[in-house]
Amino acid sequence: MNAVEKTLTIRSSPHIRSPIGVEAIMRNVVYALLPAAVFSVYVFGLAALVLLTTAVLTCVATEHLLCRATGRASTVNDWSVAITGLIYGMTLPPGLPLWMVILGGMVAVALGKFLFGGLGGNLFNPALVGRAFLQAAFPSAMTSWVPVLSADRFQILPRSTLAYPFAEPVYDTMTGATPLAAFKFERQTTETVDLFLGLTGGSTGETASLLLLAGGFYLIARKMANWRIPAGIFAAVAALSGITHGLEPETYAAPPFMLFSGGLMLGALFMATDMVASPLTGAGCFIYGLLIGAVAMTIRLWGAMPEGVMYAILFGNAVSPLIDRAIQPITYGTGKRGREP
Amino acid sequence: MLWRRHKTFPRGIHPPECKDETRGSPIRQFPFAPVMVIPMQQHIGKPAIPVVAEGQEVARGQLLARADGFISVPVHAPASGVVKRIALVPNIDGHMVPGMYLQCFPGATQEVIEGTPCRVETTTPEQIIDAVQQAGIVGLGGAAFPAHAKLRIPEGKTVDTLLINGVECEPYLTTDHRVMLEQTDDIFLGIRYLLKATGAERAIIAVEANKQDAAEKLRRQAPNNLPVMVEVLAVKYPQGAEKMVIQALLNREVPSGHHPYEVHVIGVNVATAAEIGRLLPHGRGIQERVITITGPGVKKKGNYRIPIGTPLRFALEWVGVGDDLAEVFLGGPMMGQAVPSLDIPITKGINGFVAFTEAQIYRAEKVLPCIHCGYCVAACPVRLNPARLGLLAKRERYEEMARSFDLMDCFECGACSYVCPSRIPLVQHFRVAKQRIKKRRAA
Ligand code: SF4
Ligand code: SF4
Repeated sequence: MNAVEKTLTIRSSPHIRSPIGVEAIMRNVVYALLPAAVFSVYVFGLAALVLLTTAVLTCVATEHLLCRATGRASTVNDWSVAITGLIYGMTLPPGLPLWMVILGGMVAVALGKFLFGGLGGNLFNPALVGRAFLQAAFPSAMTSWVPVLSADRFQILPRSTLAYPFAEPVYDTMTGATPLAAFKFERQTTETVDLFLGLTGGSTGETASLLLLAGGFYLIARKMANWRIPAGIFAAVAALSGITHGLEPETYAAPPFMLFSGGLMLGALFMATDMVASPLTGAGCFIYGLLIGAVAMTIRLWGAMPEGVMYAILFGNAVSPLIDRAIQPITYGTGKRGREP
Repeated sequence: MLWRRHKTFPRGIHPPECKDETRGSPIRQFPFAPVMVIPMQQHIGKPAIPVVAEGQEVARGQLLARADGFISVPVHAPASGVVKRIALVPNIDGHMVPGMYLQCFPGATQEVIEGTPCRVETTTPEQIIDAVQQAGIVGLGGAAFPAHAKLRIPEGKTVDTLLINGVECEPYLTTDHRVMLEQTDDIFLGIRYLLKATGAERAIIAVEANKQDAAEKLRRQAPNNLPVMVEVLAVKYPQGAEKMVIQALLNREVPSGHHPYEVHVIGVNVATAAEIGRLLPHGRGIQERVITITGPGVKKKGNYRIPIGTPLRFALEWVGVGDDLAEVFLGGPMMGQAVPSLDIPITKGINGFVAFTEAQIYRAEKVLPCIHCGYCVAACPVRLNPARLGLLAKRERYEEMARSFDLMDCFECGACSYVCPSRIPLVQHFRVAKQRIKKRRAA
């Protein structure tokens, strides 16, 4: 009975904590992304494998080195930078020269995340910052696509992948375009089934709608992504494409095409839902989703580019703090929202 | 039975329930400790004033100290014995408070002396409220607010619903569950007193869905001539908080900073109601209460009727603890208070204690920056913005927390801290902030 004499620990309540920590959330995002990433390797072959590996390693190494250089403890084991790397890789064209992948990855982590103070501090999704940088710096490389399911995809890498830094990359074969570009510039439609399964050209990890949806549902079921964000995006995209297609079916694509093509699935389920850069409240998240969907559709329908999801999400990231200011929860028993002074 | 959605309040969390170990254990009588430690203040309000002298022999149930004013209750002897010393005794928060040590007679009986009975049929509301005070009853759910003071409805307010709270949403605790199963008739008798005292038209007993057996028993045994309903609520924390039950059942929101009277409700814990039904007909004072003793750190887990004043050390020795005992807290793991010393006694407001071993103890993990996940916002039953409050707390912008973000409405349920994946000790920040603000406002 001596145990009763021992010194007891005194901590303040609660004495228990939820098992879901940051690391668990981040790890699960990686799990949710993996099916689509693995499938992209099947479709695009070695090019995708090398690209994704390079993207992840670059981002992890950049964060690690920056932490070391500034004398902080390395933060790579919270997995957040691994996600940045993986998502970043998945948004890039499969044949993109590796030196560009490395450069963009460094920008993503250094500029998109580290400069804002690291985990939790970034205003924008770092993966998109990296991608936006490449899009601005190397527009033609960022819109050059490799064919899907080519016979020798597991034997050889595209020549562009191994291009020398700062030399104009040489492309072996080029597909015409992504389904979105094909429709926008040539009014050429793609089978919805192919879009759904991911048998079309496009960025490395964005094509397989089915697998992305499955991963997204997994995250939503585990409450690691707020369902209101993709719901808002899909609702806005479906509504706007439904209206425009209804009015002018020749000029504007139908909702299923708009939903399953381009970076919409990857963006809506995995990038817009990035917790750090999205609003805090449920209502805020839904508004945020609607906004992103509307901006993406505006660019797709009337912009100069065929695709607009990336810019739409960056735009959403930028207004997210404003949404948070406006949409505070209404405190119990007061009937009013909290507000910034 | 078809799946049906139980009523509940928006938000909240689902911590593991951990009630299986004790929910089936019938209430057993706890033995008398050789020396009882009896604080004069086991309630919110003024301490009671001793009416016995050192060296005096007292019988179980005898008055030891009388109430000092309206917000105060008397203290009764938990056992027959001798008043050894009237001195400072250790209290839950580690402070020394006025109290007395009672040396129990070896082999003291469980007999309790009786006073003037208060019969529900023949008394006035005033007399009932008085009798509740004389019985020394406080809110047994943990609030320890003198029960009679709550029953007197302020001038100009009316009450239509008497809410009997048997939700017991804290993990581990099963006292209310057992009381509902074993003291069903006491509860109904207590409700009769309470209805008469408050003038409420009806009573609703709220029970969480993980106590279906209790709900069924209450429904089965409800007397026909009593306007009482049993409502089953969803299992969710903190469903048992008074404001949350009111919202779930009646969809009324108690205005910030006000009492439930404002929305015509009066809430009483189910164990308090049972105790009123048990004591008043005999004119007895409260000298024991039901508590759950549980947690991986103790051997004889269960529900006990324990004399008030039993030192925690005695209680733990009697139920047996392992060598790996590491933390003991009074109440449940969400809001319970870790004890600094085992010399403190079980008082009226304590509904149980949980003992953790090294393995269960929460080791503070590395605190990461807020990742904006919104989990805390989705958890807060008061619908505050704990993420924002946490950020302001870090910058010590306390006034802003209160003025713009309703910090003072936080009732420290701990739901936000529980869910935060970055392990930010949100509720701790809020406690500090609230104390600072109160101090500043008092100055
Ligand atoms: S502790 Fe306060 S802020 Fe946190 S969830 Fe509970 S009421 Fe809300
Ligand atoms: S739960 Fe923690 S990490 Fe998530 S928003 Fe709230 S404070 Fe930030």
